[in-house]
Amino acid sequence: MDSEKIIETTKLTKAFGDFKAVNEISFDVKKGEIFGFLGANGAGKSTAMKMLTGLLSPTSGEATVAGFDVFTQQEKIKKNIGYMSQKFSLYDDLSLLENIKFFGGIYGLSKEQLNERGNTMIERLGLSDVRNKLLKEVPLGWKQKIAFSVATLHQPKIVFLDEPTGGVDPITRRQFWEMIYEAADNGTTVFVTTHYMDEAEYCNRISMMVDGRIAGYGSPKELKSDFNSENMDEVFVKIARGENYKLQ
Amino acid sequence: MSALKFILQKEFKQIFRDKGMLPIIFVMPIMQLMVLSFAATFDVKNIQLEIVDRDHSQLSQSLIEKYEASAYFNIVEFKHATDTKGTSLQEGSVNISLEIPNDFEKSLTQNTPVSLSAKVNAIDGMTAGISASYAQSIIQEFREEYINKNKALLAQNKTPFKVNFSMQNWYNSTLNYKFYMVPGLLVLLVSMIGMFLTSMNIVKEKEIGTIEQLNVTPITKGEFILGKVLPFWCIGMFVLSLGLIIAKLAFSVPMLGPIYLIFLFAMLYLLVVLGIGLFISTLADTQQQSMFIAWFFMVIFVLLSGMFTPIENMPVWAQQITYLNPFRYFIEVMRSVLLKGATWDDIKINFLIIGIYAIIINTMSVLAYRKTNG
Repeated sequence: MDSEKIIETTKLTKAFGDFKAVNEISFDVKKGEIFGFLGANGAGKSTAMKMLTGLLSPTSGEATVAGFDVFTQQEKIKKNIGYMSQKFSLYDDLSLLENIKFFGGIYGLSKEQLNERGNTMIERLGLSDVRNKLLKEVPLGWKQKIAFSVATLHQPKIVFLDEPTGGVDPITRRQFWEMIYEAADNGTTVFVTTHYMDEAEYCNRISMMVDGRIAGYGSPKELKSDFNSENMDEVFVKIARGENYKLQ
Repeated sequence: MSALKFILQKEFKQIFRDKGMLPIIFVMPIMQLMVLSFAATFDVKNIQLEIVDRDHSQLSQSLIEKYEASAYFNIVEFKHATDTKGTSLQEGSVNISLEIPNDFEKSLTQNTPVSLSAKVNAIDGMTAGISASYAQSIIQEFREEYINKNKALLAQNKTPFKVNFSMQNWYNSTLNYKFYMVPGLLVLLVSMIGMFLTSMNIVKEKEIGTIEQLNVTPITKGEFILGKVLPFWCIGMFVLSLGLIIAKLAFSVPMLGPIYLIFLFAMLYLLVVLGIGLFISTLADTQQQSMFIAWFFMVIFVLLSGMFTPIENMPVWAQQITYLNPFRYFIEVMRSVLLKGATWDDIKINFLIIGIYAIIINTMSVLAYRKTNG
């Protein structure tokens, strides 16, 4: 695997008044890997992700995404990333094809590219029948897969997924992870937050946040041996209880 | 700029797919113009008039006849010199009590000033003002006829003609209030489209979360804002055209001045209201909030626009506030172009002010709209 660092943060901090939602986190993500970003609700995952995607300005520290600075080059970062939030955020009142054209179009894809990639995507998802249907008529499980495909339509260097499998059945979740692997195989770096610990096992490396800090960081295998645990569930519980862990 | 094309396509699709939109665009203008311009009429008829004739002369009689002939007045009572109490006025059976002084004819023939006094039931201030001005206008007519008839005589005497009724300027008694209201209502319509629809449209994206999805894309602020505002600009221009057609066909509103001036002004004016809508959307997080804020501005703008109450009748401080009100300038342009036949020279100051307004409000909105939060 290429070891080029595509995301790198040093003591990245976001403070709201006195409260530090993200407190001096340092980590890196290598090109082409699936990086799991774990933590309980309110641990600061979303805030950290918002800083990396240019939705929120950091307070202090340093970070680069795809080689661009998160303080000054947010708009350049946005050209190189894809983003899918936990809230379904395609347009319900547009058809599948119209959503593809809109989101592809604003990333500057040409008409030919839109047609070609749109058709490939629709065929791969097996959604030819619903291509002209409004998305509000499409079942939720499909919507998540559509949202992921749309977020990667412009072939970004990194795709950020914010709890993408929330509220989705196990079969769909499985299919969803197959899509993530496929994207990673094609060289896209995947940055994914989740609170399903079984999903953490699918990641190449993970970081676990507790109260705005990174409390665990490494491959699932390393973390399990560090915490003397059978599975990631146990690791998570131990970290959340505040068991000692040497910060890297 | 290619992203703009995609945003516009998307917006137009969504707007016309929204089942609530077509009624707003087509039915609302027709309803408002048809219903409101009849309801919001200030036309006063059947004014109950009491005349106290202290002169009993030929001239006072001919003045009374003029009132009798008018369609606006019903003379309900005559009183004579001895009556002094205003009882009918108190009872409410009479709107105006007009007193003709005992030196009426004498003063006219001798060319000395004469005063008529009118007591007006002013509980309803609006009706009172209008009734009084009708009453005045009849006296005015009477005076002019008198001057014309006696021109020769007056010239012979070589006395400068000085009949002074101490009358104010008066409205044309045939003034049709629909002509006055319809241009104002058109401004209201166009402004509502601009402020409400734009702000709600953007806030809706906040509510469903798609704004975040857009904010992580490389769409520039300018593209986003233009993409959001242009569709409503087009709809606003369309509604204006529709409204003007209705005004012409249904109300025969005179269109004395060049209509293209109204369209040119509307192009600029819409930028202002759309800018306000955009600004509201940066303040609000939910559609309810944006509605509330928009209504707040709407009510102030309408009441201080001169649409219902003439600006000259407002207290000075309120008059000064109206200079900040964009509605005021468009209503002025509408009325003066349609009803007075104003030309570019008459309204260029309105163009200048609304142009500056557009620049200021849109700069504010663009600065307030953020893709990256602090």
